Amino acid sequence: MVTGGVTKFAKAHPAMDFRLMVKRAYDYALKGIPNLTADRIDGTRISYFSDHFARQLKAASMVQDYLGMNPKGSVRLEWGGATGGECFQAAYEAVASGRMDICLGAGFETMSRVATWKGNEFIALASDTNFDFPLGGFYTGYYALMVVRHIYEYLRLGRFRGVTDEREAQRLAIAEGSRIMSQVSVKNHLNALHNPYAQYPKRLTVEDVLKSEMISYPLTREQICTMSDGAAVVVLCTEERAKEFTDRPVRVLGVGCGTDTMRLADRPFGKVPLMPHEKPKDYEELRYPGVHSFRAGRAAGIEAYRMAGITNPNRELDFIELHDAYASSEIQTYEDLGLCKYGEGYGFVERGDPFLKGIDYGFPTPKAGAIPVNPSGGLIACGHPVGATGLMQAVFAFWQLQGTIPKHFGDPTLQLAKPRRGAIHSHAGTGSSVTVSILERGFR
Amino acid sequence: MTTRPPVFSKFRDAQAELERSGAVLFRDAEGIESLIIRFPYSINYIHSYAEDSPFFLGLAEGRLRGSKCRKPKCGFVYATPRSHCMVCGAPTEWVDLPLKGRVHSWTTCHFGSEAFLKETPYNLAMVEFDGVGSLLLVRLKECIESDLYIGMPVEARFDPNPKYSITDVWFVPAR
Repeated sequence: MVTGGVTKFAKAHPAMDFRLMVKRAYDYALKGIPNLTADRIDGTRISYFSDHFARQLKAASMVQDYLGMNPKGSVRLEWGGATGGECFQAAYEAVASGRMDICLGAGFETMSRVATWKGNEFIALASDTNFDFPLGGFYTGYYALMVVRHIYEYLRLGRFRGVTDEREAQRLAIAEGSRIMSQVSVKNHLNALHNPYAQYPKRLTVEDVLKSEMISYPLTREQICTMSDGAAVVVLCTEERAKEFTDRPVRVLGVGCGTDTMRLADRPFGKVPLMPHEKPKDYEELRYPGVHSFRAGRAAGIEAYRMAGITNPNRELDFIELHDAYASSEIQTYEDLGLCKYGEGYGFVERGDPFLKGIDYGFPTPKAGAIPVNPSGGLIACGHPVGATGLMQAVFAFWQLQGTIPKHFGDPTLQLAKPRRGAIHSHAGTGSSVTVSILERGFR
Repeated sequence: MTTRPPVFSKFRDAQAELERSGAVLFRDAEGIESLIIRFPYSINYIHSYAEDSPFFLGLAEGRLRGSKCRKPKCGFVYATPRSHCMVCGAPTEWVDLPLKGRVHSWTTCHFGSEAFLKETPYNLAMVEFDGVGSLLLVRLKECIESDLYIGMPVEARFDPNPKYSITDVWFVPAR
């Protein structure tokens, strides 16, 4: 990867349609690289999630011609919430296969074109329209179902296993889980205060998050990402070409993609696919994934780590930008990606591992800096213009590895000290598809 | 005579005006004015339940029909039907599910898609059944958020005036 660009994500960008948003991100990416011109680009991969939001079929063709890319080759990518992550990997594959030397990956979404609850309806059409959608058609409801079970598996049957009154034990466990999810929300909103691209940067307390409007029990408004307008682009090329454009390239070290059933109700109750640092006895009692964990995320992680030669992600990665559409899914994803064992996600937050060092979050984070997760602010604070989101993560991770966060953010706070490797994680449809890509600093 | 739509600088206000008159000018922080119009779109799909049809016909008869893999060595039973087994690929046959089960997970939705907003708050539950390998997602009625817990025994109710939708069945706390 040699460059990238992002528009500021916003509730609405009425003065820019999707073509102009992509153009802005594209111009930003190419600015300052005089020998990277449109004619050098061999082709494009363009992503957006929903034709319903776009109200324009083949919108990717309109991006292609707006950027002046015709008659080069192009493919439109759609993979639910993981659309941007899939686009990144498609651009990678175009280059890795030898088909292109230089590929542009571009993604966008214009969600402001319908009212919020209509937008929720469009998103819920990415659930089975025979069996799931007619019950309420609400993604937050689906993720709430998943986290209620996650809390049961790991808090009720974990630190609250001694409580004999079943209903009381479950209430205590949900209260504890909600408190810890709120810490994730505080982290991501607070990190975003230093990211000028973020849609909702703010300082919150755990109390603020808990007291915000209940959307689907136990998930509150501040634990959920919002709808956004935005675009992001990346430029990937061969190692030989990379030297022409930057002395700070970033290597794509591994890619992985996993899937699971569209319907939550069909998820199996089997065994955990293990990562190299885990043992079968770690999970003897666990029926997996059920509705509590994302097998697709685990499969994507295993594939990407294997390709990258990573055997212990917690030690071998310096940061992760992951798909926190819900504070709950951030915690679930720590476990899927092997940052901690299944069941340890809540403790992982309480110990402070995913927090940044040097930021006061308003509660103790003793191990802050161990492996920062969503240093940019994640989806919860940056916004989630679906087709752009996975590419936004790639751009933020790219800047981290380059050490150029201070330049692009105009603020050095979020720049990690010489990170070597980072992962980006893009997630769709209640965990029905997930991509993980590993990026590594490609210079000394 | 030339006319211009009314100008708004708050997006919410612009949206409200759109509902009224169908066109507004939105002025952003940089002073750029964008013309926004209302663009309605509605459609009636010709939606076949195809191989899932017997399930929905079953609801109208007060039956919950799942799928059982026909391959004796597999025999996986699905609460949410499918005509081929996801485990081994063999065809399935229809089986009647028990009308009583337990809550595997639950939530109360205080918001929902536009089409369901008027029904909020409503409860969703994933129901598990004895002897069945997968779950069924349903609405849970006659109870409120504070009544609900994992493991709660529940039983099916059916709409006497079926709409041929998954909402023809719902569950209530077992009597």
